[in-house]
Amino acid sequence: MLPIGHYLFLSLALFIIGVIGVVTRRNVIVVLMSIELILNAVNINLVAFSRLYGDVAGQVFALFIIADAAAEAAVGLGIIIAFFRNRETVLADEMDLLKW
Amino acid sequence: MTPTGYFLDHLWLIPLFPLATAALMLFFGKRLPNIGVSVLCVGSVGLSFLYALGAVFQLLAAQPEHRVAQQILFEWLTPGPMQMTGGHLIPFVADWGYLLDPLSCVMVLVVTGVGFLIHVYSIGYMGHEGGYYRFFGYMNLFMFAMLTLVLANNMLLMFVGWEGVGLCSYLLIGFYFLKKSASDAGKKAFIVNRIGDAGFILGILLTAVTLGTVRFTSQGLPDAGASGILQALKSSVDAHSIAFGAPVLTAIALLLFIGAMGKSAQIPLYVWLPDAMEGPTPVSALIHAATMVTAGVYMVARMNAIYQLAPLALDVVAVIGAITAIFAASMALVQNDIKKVLAYSTISQLGYMFLALGVGAFAAGIFHLMTHAFFKALLFLGAGSVIHAMSGEQDIRKMGGLWERIPITARTFGVATLAIAGIFPFAGFFSKDEILGQAFDRFFMLWVVGFITAGLTAFYMFRLFFLTFIGYCRADEHVEKHIHESPWAMVLPLMILAGFSVIGGWIGWPEVFGGENRFERFLDPVLIGVMPETGAVKIAHHAFGKEILLMLASLAIVGAGFWLAYEFYCSKRIAPELVAGRRPALYRLLLHKYYVDEIYDAAVVERTKDLGTLLGRFDANVIDGVGVNGAGWLARFISKLSMWWDKWIIDGLLNFGAKLMQLFSYPVRLLQTGMFSSYAMFILVGLVVLLAYYGHHVQATLRSVR
Repeated sequence: MLPIGHYLFLSLALFIIGVIGVVTRRNVIVVLMSIELILNAVNINLVAFSRLYGDVAGQVFALFIIADAAAEAAVGLGIIIAFFRNRETVLADEMDLLKW
Repeated sequence: MTPTGYFLDHLWLIPLFPLATAALMLFFGKRLPNIGVSVLCVGSVGLSFLYALGAVFQLLAAQPEHRVAQQILFEWLTPGPMQMTGGHLIPFVADWGYLLDPLSCVMVLVVTGVGFLIHVYSIGYMGHEGGYYRFFGYMNLFMFAMLTLVLANNMLLMFVGWEGVGLCSYLLIGFYFLKKSASDAGKKAFIVNRIGDAGFILGILLTAVTLGTVRFTSQGLPDAGASGILQALKSSVDAHSIAFGAPVLTAIALLLFIGAMGKSAQIPLYVWLPDAMEGPTPVSALIHAATMVTAGVYMVARMNAIYQLAPLALDVVAVIGAITAIFAASMALVQNDIKKVLAYSTISQLGYMFLALGVGAFAAGIFHLMTHAFFKALLFLGAGSVIHAMSGEQDIRKMGGLWERIPITARTFGVATLAIAGIFPFAGFFSKDEILGQAFDRFFMLWVVGFITAGLTAFYMFRLFFLTFIGYCRADEHVEKHIHESPWAMVLPLMILAGFSVIGGWIGWPEVFGGENRFERFLDPVLIGVMPETGAVKIAHHAFGKEILLMLASLAIVGAGFWLAYEFYCSKRIAPELVAGRRPALYRLLLHKYYVDEIYDAAVVERTKDLGTLLGRFDANVIDGVGVNGAGWLARFISKLSMWWDKWIIDGLLNFGAKLMQLFSYPVRLLQTGMFSSYAMFILVGLVVLLAYYGHHVQATLRSVR
C-alpha cells in the first residue's frame, strides 16, 4: 500500500487545478467541470483516510458526494441551458444580474 | 233596500277591461296584426259599455233615494294619523273603491258609449297610420283613467284618474311626436293642467283636514260607521261648527274649481285646448270634446254639497263660465281651421256648463255635458271625416261643395250643427235652454251673456257648415279628385251619434212641453245637498209664459246667427271681408285670439325662462363658482400643502436615511462585482486567512489524531 502522502499529493494537485479553474475560467461549463475536480479531490482524500484508519464512514461519504455531484451537475447544466436561452451566453463575466 | 246584481258586484270590471288591453298593447302590441289590435281594443271598450249598461239598469231597479252602489275593493292608503284643523288626530284612510250613483251613471254611460263609437271610428281613421297599436293602447289607457275618475268613490282616487287622463291627453296630443308643433302642444297641455292640478290637490287636502275624509259618501256601504264628505258636512252643519258660506268651504270650493279650470279649459287656463288639436281627430273627439274636458264639470257637480254651502264660490264659477263662453265663442267666429273652430266652440260650451253649475243648476250642467258629448263628438268625427276626404286639408277656406261629395258626413254634420246651435227639437236645444232659464232666474246679466253666446254659436257653426259643405269646391285639383266618402267604420258611428244628437235631449223634455224632465228628477238625489232650504238648487217652476218667451228669444237669436251666416257665406249678399275691413282692429284682435297666447308668453313663459336663466347664472356663478370650484380649489390647496409635507419631510427623512446608507455602503459595494469567479477568489482568500490564523489548531488536531 502506498503511503498516505501520495494520495494527499494527488488530491491536493486536483484540488488546486479545480480551484484555479473555478477562479480563472470564464466559461461556466468549464467552471462546473472544475468543481467536479474539486469534489473528486475531496473524494480521494476521504477514501484514502478511510483506508488508512479502516473506517468505512469515509467511503460512504465519498459515495454521497458522488451522488451529490451528479445532482449538482444536472441542476447546474439545467441552469446554464435556461440562462443560455435567455441571454445567449455561457460566459461568467456576462452573468452579472445579481450585481447591485 | 240597496241595489244589487251581477253587474253592480262587478263594477270594478268596467275600468279593468280597457286597462288589460292597454297593457297588452303597450307591452306586446308591436307583434299583433292590426286586425287583432282592433278587435281587442274596441272589444274591451264595448265590454265596458255593456257592463256599464247592465250596472245602470240594475241601479235603476232600486227606489230613487236608494240608487247608490258603492264597492270598496281594498284599503289603498291604510289608516294613518292626520291632524285636523281642530288640532285633534283622526285616522285617515283612502280606499280603492267604486261608486255608482245617478251622477256617475250618466258619466259612465257617456264615457263608454261615446268612447266605444269613437274607438270604432278610429279603426277607419287610423287604419293607414303608423303606431296603430300605440294609438289604441293610449286610447284604452285613457278609457281606464277616465272610468276610474268617474267611478271613484273618493277624491284621491278621482285624482288618480284625473292625472291619468291628463297623461293620456299628453301622450295622444303628441301622438305625431316627430312633429314639433304636436309635441309642443302636448307639453303645453300638460303644463297648463299642472297649474289646475295644484289647486285641485290643495282642495283635496283642505277637505281632508276640514272634514276628516275624502270619501264622497258613506251611503251604500255595509259599515254604518263609515265616513263620507256628505255625512261629515251634514253633521258639521247640524252641530253648527260649519255654517252656510263658511270661509273654509269657499276656500275648498275655489281650490277645486282651479283644478276644474285647468282640466275643463276655462279662463284663464283654456289656452292648451286649441293647441291640443294637433292630436289625431278621434283624440280631439274623445278627450278634448266629449269626455276628459268635462271632468271638471263632473267634479264640481260631484262636490255640489260643498258648493251649495259656498255661494261666493258658486258666483265665481258662474262668472268665469259665462265669460269663458262668450270669449271663446267670439274667437271661434274668425278661425279658419275646422278643428280650431270646434276647439273654441268646446271651450265656449264648457263655459255654458260652468255657468249652469254656478247658478246652482247642477243637473242642467250635467245634462248639457251629456248632449254636448253627443253632438261635439259627432262634429269632431265629422271634421275628421272631412279631413280624411280632403287628403289632410284642415283650412275651411279651401273646402266647400262637399254636400254632394260626402253625403253621409255632410248630413250628420248638419244634424250636429243644428244640435249645437240649439234648434228645436235637437239635443242642444233642451240643455241650453235649461241653462239659460236657470241663469235668467239667478242673475239677469248672466242670462244676457249666455243669450249673446247662443247667437255667436249659431253664427260660427253655420259659417263652418256653409264654408265646408255649400258653394263650390275651392280645393286643389288633385285634392278634389281624391274626395271620397269615408269607410263604414267611420260613417256608422257618425250616424249613431247623429241619432243621439237628435233624441239625446228628449230625456230632459221640459215640463212646459208636457214632459216631466226625467233627467233632472233622476239626478236630484245626488244634487240635493245637505241644506236644501238654503242651498242654491231650487227646482224653479217658471210661469208658463215666461219660459216660452225665453225659449222664443233664444230661438230668435239663433235664427239671427243663422241668417247672418247665411248672408255672409251662402248667399254672399254681404262680403265678410267688407265687415272685417270696417273694424280692422277688432278683426285682428279676434283673429289673433285676443293675443292671449302672446300675453301669456310675455307675462309667464318668458318670465319663467328669465327666472331659469337667473337661476342658471346663480348655479354657474355661485353654486358652481363659489361652492363647487371653491371647494375644489380648497381641496387642491390642502392637497398641495400635504404633498409638500409628504415630499420634503416624510420622503426627505426616508431619502436621508437611504443616502446615509448608500454613503457608508460604498466601500463594501466595490467588493460585489457580480462575477462568481471573484467570489470564489474571496472564498479562497478567506479560507487561506482562516487556515493561517488557526493553523496551529489544525496541526494540533492532526497530531492528536495520529
